[in-house]
Amino acid sequence: MDKFRVLDLLQLDLKENDALNLKCIGGRPGLIREIKVPEINRPGLALSGFFDNFAYQRIQILGRGETAYLNKLERENERVTLKKFFDYDIPCCVFTSNLRPNDIFMEIAEEAECPVLQTDLTSSEFTPRIMRVLSNVFAPKKLMHGVLVEVFGIGILIIGESGVGKSETALELIERGHRLVADDVVEIRRVSGNILMGKGAKVVSHHMEIRGLGIINITHLFGVGAIRDKKQIQLVVHLEDWDSNKEYDRIGSEESTMDILGVNVPYLLIPVRPGRNIPIIIETAAMNERLKKMGYYSAKEFNKNVMKWLESESVRAAFLDDVK
Amino acid sequence: MVERDVVIKNRAGIHARPAALIVKTANEFKSQIFFEKDGERVNAKSIMGIITLGATYKTPLKVIAEGEDEEAAVNAIAELFERKFEEE
Repeated sequence: MDKFRVLDLLQLDLKENDALNLKCIGGRPGLIREIKVPEINRPGLALSGFFDNFAYQRIQILGRGETAYLNKLERENERVTLKKFFDYDIPCCVFTSNLRPNDIFMEIAEEAECPVLQTDLTSSEFTPRIMRVLSNVFAPKKLMHGVLVEVFGIGILIIGESGVGKSETALELIERGHRLVADDVVEIRRVSGNILMGKGAKVVSHHMEIRGLGIINITHLFGVGAIRDKKQIQLVVHLEDWDSNKEYDRIGSEESTMDILGVNVPYLLIPVRPGRNIPIIIETAAMNERLKKMGYYSAKEFNKNVMKWLESESVRAAFLDDVK
Repeated sequence: MVERDVVIKNRAGIHARPAALIVKTANEFKSQIFFEKDGERVNAKSIMGIITLGATYKTPLKVIAEGEDEEAAVNAIAELFERKFEEE
């Protein structure tokens, strides 16, 4: 992964209850400092002069308590501890609840070129948010070539060779009322253990390249209802040109999975041939996936019924034999 | 597998037109062709993929090809970078 700097934290595109509302109020040159760990620290002890086990590599969060203490230090004109505090390679200090540190603090931070950030959120609100944001940033990540769509609420990653018709399939799904998350390049992160979150790259998000048309903007053409920013990947559909020598799954009772970042995702290999309506097959796959989540496996249930029927037939045959 | 380091020499970086040119060239080969930047890999046969790289002037990239005509593919792509995508 590229270095994640304080500047990158400020530039993250976060919305609604992920928003951090951070702004830089001092120590601007230090914005190039790197955030190395997805953790935070309340530096109360360090400010009071106790530096043993000081977790300086973490983002330092200062709330009302710390700010009040800093003001006490200012009244006593005490600079030594603060100087020592900033001798550590701290990524940045964040003041919550729109608190503003006093001039001495700002002056020493400025000297040390340590960025001082401010947010309007309270400490208790800011802390879980930043933890969530950092754990996403530091989550294992990978780019995949494919199209991510949401069909009947199921996040489906369509993969396959260039030119197999992934984008065209997605376009028809959008036309049928489903949603586009990302075309061509899908950025996947493994969050909270085993959830694969997929989204598009910022610049090209919600644009598609359709051979013969060029680049089109899905939001403008189909409206905001046709797009989604991110979605969990719950099914992988692999499109490939029909290979007559290959056996394709005809029953569907065996489930294959695909390993993405160590998570096994249900996987379907679907052969493409002129005249096969792939979007409808994908819609059906999505509904089938929902049934499975509800505990109903079409193929297994079907086979169970067949077995039951065969059994009753054989009992009947045996009975008829006996009677004779 | 053949790998080669290339650098972007045109001022504007890889925008839509160079991306289309790269894709066109890449599609002339059977090999799978990729670009790698900061450990992230994208398909060189995908316009969106290439634009996503956000490759600006002087950005170093790695071209990777795998397949029967890998050598020729890497040569052809590297050649485009040398010619500044026929810009300037």
